[in-house]
Amino acid sequence: MTNQDIDFSPRRIGALVLRHLYLMRTSWPRLLEMIYWPTVQMVLWGFITLFLKNNSSYVAQATGVLLSAVLLWDVLFRGQLGIALVFMEEMWSRNLGHLFVSPLRPYEMVVSLILMSLIRTMIGIGGAALVAIPLFHFNIFAMGLPLLGFFLNLIIMGWAIGLLVAGIVLRYGLGAESVAWIGIFALQPISAIYYPVAILPHWLQPVAWCLPSSHVFEGMRELLFQHTFNTTHLLQAMALNALYLTCGVAAFLAYFRAARQRGLLLQIGE
Amino acid sequence: MGCDAGATFADSHAQTPVRFITVCGGNQNGLGVSVKNNVTEAVIEVVRLRKQFDQIVAVDEISFSVQRGVTTALLGGNGAGKTTTIAMLLGLLLPTSGHIRIFGEDMLQHRYRLLHRMNFSSPYVDLPQRLTVRQNLTIYGHLYRLRDTGKRIAHLAQELGLSELLERRYGKLSAGQKTRVSLAKSLLNEPELLLLDEPTASLDPDTADAIRSYLEQYQQRTGATMLLASHNMAEVERMCAEVIMLRQGKVVDVGAPAELITRYGRNTMEEVFIDIARHKKSETAA
Repeated sequence: MTNQDIDFSPRRIGALVLRHLYLMRTSWPRLLEMIYWPTVQMVLWGFITLFLKNNSSYVAQATGVLLSAVLLWDVLFRGQLGIALVFMEEMWSRNLGHLFVSPLRPYEMVVSLILMSLIRTMIGIGGAALVAIPLFHFNIFAMGLPLLGFFLNLIIMGWAIGLLVAGIVLRYGLGAESVAWIGIFALQPISAIYYPVAILPHWLQPVAWCLPSSHVFEGMRELLFQHTFNTTHLLQAMALNALYLTCGVAAFLAYFRAARQRGLLLQIGE
Repeated sequence: MGCDAGATFADSHAQTPVRFITVCGGNQNGLGVSVKNNVTEAVIEVVRLRKQFDQIVAVDEISFSVQRGVTTALLGGNGAGKTTTIAMLLGLLLPTSGHIRIFGEDMLQHRYRLLHRMNFSSPYVDLPQRLTVRQNLTIYGHLYRLRDTGKRIAHLAQELGLSELLERRYGKLSAGQKTRVSLAKSLLNEPELLLLDEPTASLDPDTADAIRSYLEQYQQRTGATMLLASHNMAEVERMCAEVIMLRQGKVVDVGAPAELITRYGRNTMEEVFIDIARHKKSETAA
């Protein structure tokens, strides 16, 4: 193997990003969809917060806890969906055959998927977060620097799952695309989004602590209720994410190789 | 390579001054055809290539080589193994066994370096529908890291009659227009090796003729090697110096179109194709 074989080209990555930016520019429903659900979720939980503020001592202690949770959960969900949907766009357009007879490396595609996921998540969650400021006088950016840690950990976890999902869809066809929409919700009950890990049954708690998301949401509550930023949670989430992202990339590349063995790159469908 | 003994033949094709091909193995009849070339180098060398999907053998230990500057047709009925072979040549599909060398280098080991020098066009592989022709070509220009993508697109658009279509969405084009865009995509990097899957499918006779002429001129100008799968026998007779006939994943015959027509005692390649598809042995082989 030569240097050229392991070449890494920012221009090729940029080409794939450009392809999806072109698509976003020409398709307002796609753009709207990115902002729509996070905003609807935020509005719903905003009103629930208004109600609970006067009826729940828990919410009254930190009125932003539910809105912060819903917006941060959406970072994870949108991060994952961003990877899976962008990859499925290539499958829907039956473009993979052309892409992979070009010198595009699969790991360059992985990087482009990650970049597009970041862009989509920023648009979706950023839009909802900005709308929350005038609507509910809630500014998630007031969390300051810890918010960046929470955001990065959740989106990286989303990328890891998204790459696994993209690989599954590549291997099993578009019939498996519902995994992209519903798969991540299996993690929602044990991610401690709206309640602490301690609420879970004892046997389930170790499972919850294996998820970076649980550490992020526990850290978020500590910040909002006790005004302290627990770096232990952050570091544990980062360590877990390093493992999960490695596994996600490895799974995508393994499924890609399986697709080459089975001739799936030219025969994409259900 | 372990080739069977076979007949030797020379090219009489007017537009390709040098043409020799080596094909061996995988012959159902035990008929091996081996032609040694002393003048040009092999751009494609396939040795005992096999692809098995579970119990189905799609390509059964075929061997052949294609020399530089030659247009070769890969012919066969549906399920003969043409697309599978092309997919393996492109590295889209991993072989079960066997070797592929392109430009003298192992395709599996040096795929990405080799892909810079190759390209592929097929009406059965799409481009993003919502993007304009220019946007699609721009993206592929970047993927091939062209120096001046815009200039290259303008040049190809003019040559392939796409200038008026550049700002149109790919999904709004007719099948024939899409075929031309796919061809433009395949020529962006001015490939030395061009793999074409039914390059004139869905084109009206006038446009198809223009495309064939363009490809012939392209080959004359650049010395490119072309391997095409086609069901259009008139196209094969016109463009190809060599034909590799596949049936059920095996090479069953090989030769220049005129030679095959003579050998089978027929008047056209279409009749030869039908003979081979229906298992009739050539008079020579019989």
